[in-house]
Amino acid sequence: MFHFPSWTLTVRDMGGAVLLVAPLYIVGLVAFGASPKTTDVGYQPDQPIEFSHALHAGQLGMDCRYCHNTVEKAAHAAVPPAATCMNCHAGIKTQSPKLQLLRDTYENGEPIAWQRVHDLPDYAYFDHSAHVTRGIGCASCHGRIDKMEKVWQEHPLSMGWCLDCHRNPEDHLRPLDQITNMTWAPENQREIGLEIKAKLNIAPSQNCSTCHR
Amino acid sequence: MATITAGAATLDNTGDDPRVRAPLIVGNNDYTTITDRVCAVVEDPKVRKAWLIAFLTAVSLTGMLFALVGYLIVTGVGVWGNQIPVAWGWPIVNFVFWVGIGHAGTLISAILYLFRQNWRTSINRFAEAMTIFAVVCAGLFPGIHVGRAWLAYWLFPIPNQMLMWPQFRSPLLWDVFAVGTYASVSTVFWYMGMIPDLATIRDRAKHPVRRFVYGLLAVGWRGSARHWHRYERAYLLMAALATPLVLSVHTIVSFDFAVSQLPGWHTTIFPPYFVAGAIFSGFAMVVTLAIPARAYFGMKDIITMRHLENMNKIILATGMMVGYAYAMEFFIAWYGGNEFEQFAFINRATGPYAWAYWIMVSCNVISPQLFWFKKLRTSIPVMFVLAIFVNIGMWFERFVITISTLNRDFLPSSWGYFRPTLVDICMLIGSFGLFFTLFLLFLRFLPMIAMAEVKSILPRPAAHPGNDHSSSSHTSPSHSELH
Repeated sequence: MFHFPSWTLTVRDMGGAVLLVAPLYIVGLVAFGASPKTTDVGYQPDQPIEFSHALHAGQLGMDCRYCHNTVEKAAHAAVPPAATCMNCHAGIKTQSPKLQLLRDTYENGEPIAWQRVHDLPDYAYFDHSAHVTRGIGCASCHGRIDKMEKVWQEHPLSMGWCLDCHRNPEDHLRPLDQITNMTWAPENQREIGLEIKAKLNIAPSQNCSTCHR
Repeated sequence: MATITAGAATLDNTGDDPRVRAPLIVGNNDYTTITDRVCAVVEDPKVRKAWLIAFLTAVSLTGMLFALVGYLIVTGVGVWGNQIPVAWGWPIVNFVFWVGIGHAGTLISAILYLFRQNWRTSINRFAEAMTIFAVVCAGLFPGIHVGRAWLAYWLFPIPNQMLMWPQFRSPLLWDVFAVGTYASVSTVFWYMGMIPDLATIRDRAKHPVRRFVYGLLAVGWRGSARHWHRYERAYLLMAALATPLVLSVHTIVSFDFAVSQLPGWHTTIFPPYFVAGAIFSGFAMVVTLAIPARAYFGMKDIITMRHLENMNKIILATGMMVGYAYAMEFFIAWYGGNEFEQFAFINRATGPYAWAYWIMVSCNVISPQLFWFKKLRTSIPVMFVLAIFVNIGMWFERFVITISTLNRDFLPSSWGYFRPTLVDICMLIGSFGLFFTLFLLFLRFLPMIAMAEVKSILPRPAAHPGNDHSSSSHTSPSHSELH
């Protein structure tokens, strides 16, 4: 007759406890650790020029579309060429060492290697114009850009996050003249949203092929 | 290996005379001989040649299967013959075939237990094992059929950042739950029922490693009255839990077809027809496996001719049900007056797959009729060949249902003819390799007959001094403890 030594009881009990806790731990680890809220939100790469949105869009109050001028017509919101910057910087801060790269670029035509902050997967199709001309403001997806010295990703941009708005657009719709307003936060968002939704006949599609073409 | 089979071979326990209750275990068996002989298979220090040859063959086929699975994953499902209009090819045929095979185990262990069919005790252990291994083979095919196998976890409704859920209205999702429940409940049932027998092997083990491993598996079973009491309660509960599963699993599998709108699939008779077919094929597989196993391991007096005859009767009964379902499908197609339905069934019997249809009918409906004759249903060669025929026929049934409906699309321009590729064929053969690998390992390392349960149907030994029962005292409950 073989008897297991008494320490095996401890192992058994510990093993049982581990088997109970481990699944919860793993589920929690994956749910929070692998979520785009953890992996993607807050991504803030260094840029070749320390361009401050807080200064330009915030303090100076420039409209988003002055630089990102294709946003209402095209899928892609253009990153401006050096010429756009030089409209002002030909006369302002002309000697600033921070803008040396800009001046070089302007002269030799080599593009600036901006780092993309908001990067959707290649299999997801997104059209800026479809959103900004139908009542979705810049700040809804990009956050308060006017307060960011260096731009970071504010929202997860995950499929679930997209679908959340496609299912309940009224929580985010705003009048078309408020699209670039960074401070838009009405008391009665839902009422306004429902009104705009009815007026513009907004019924966001949830088909797979809407985004995965 | 004890050889007590000599006298047993002549003992006939297939009599139908109601005045004489035929013994379920023949030969001069008592508690000790049952333990000795079942344990001897597991304890045999030598690896027997025939077992080894069979095992190596099975392992090579398993290797081939997994190599092909790797090839499939790397290359894509195009390596199969699946092509529009036949998008469900052999993988689904094989899936339904293997799930069906699995049904006999649970039927024997759960339903026959609840109905107090004591003859189940000799065959339930390896029928249950066979069930689990068949479900393993079945589970493989949908997993690789999804195309991108690394996303197979999408089959489960796991909360995710995409807010994406499986289609809850689809029977394919119900299938995930039905088969998953079936696999887990069968495994727990099988293992739990084995605990007293594992304790017996543990107590007899000489080698420390064996003592440790079987000791671990026996989870501290000491055979006290309290252990037996709780074991019997739990076994009854598990049997009650497993009983509806026998019916539910293949019902849901049939929904994969019946819930769709295709003529030839969209039939209300499918659930009972599939369940009957599953039990039919499952028992055929039990007979196929039992015949060589009882001969090779000398268990002819424990798995007796009466057991085989009983199973053959079930094969006959379920075969008739399946035949009735085949006939009823045609009747309803005519009676329902739907020309597409009528075309589907006429096409089935006379179209490009008529050869498969008639193989199915001859194997499943005509051949079991031989079991009406007692001489034939108690003849080992006849029942062995017939059981294999039934296995073939039931594979073809799934083939006919899946392929012959799909190959005739609604538009004649989309009609096609399905041809399996070499990968299809080798994967089917490989799945048998996987099945037999697991089964052969089971025969060698686990008690293939439920010793404790068989003892419960043996006549209770008289108190005769000098007869030492101590070696099996942990696992030989008296009748009062069992019932």
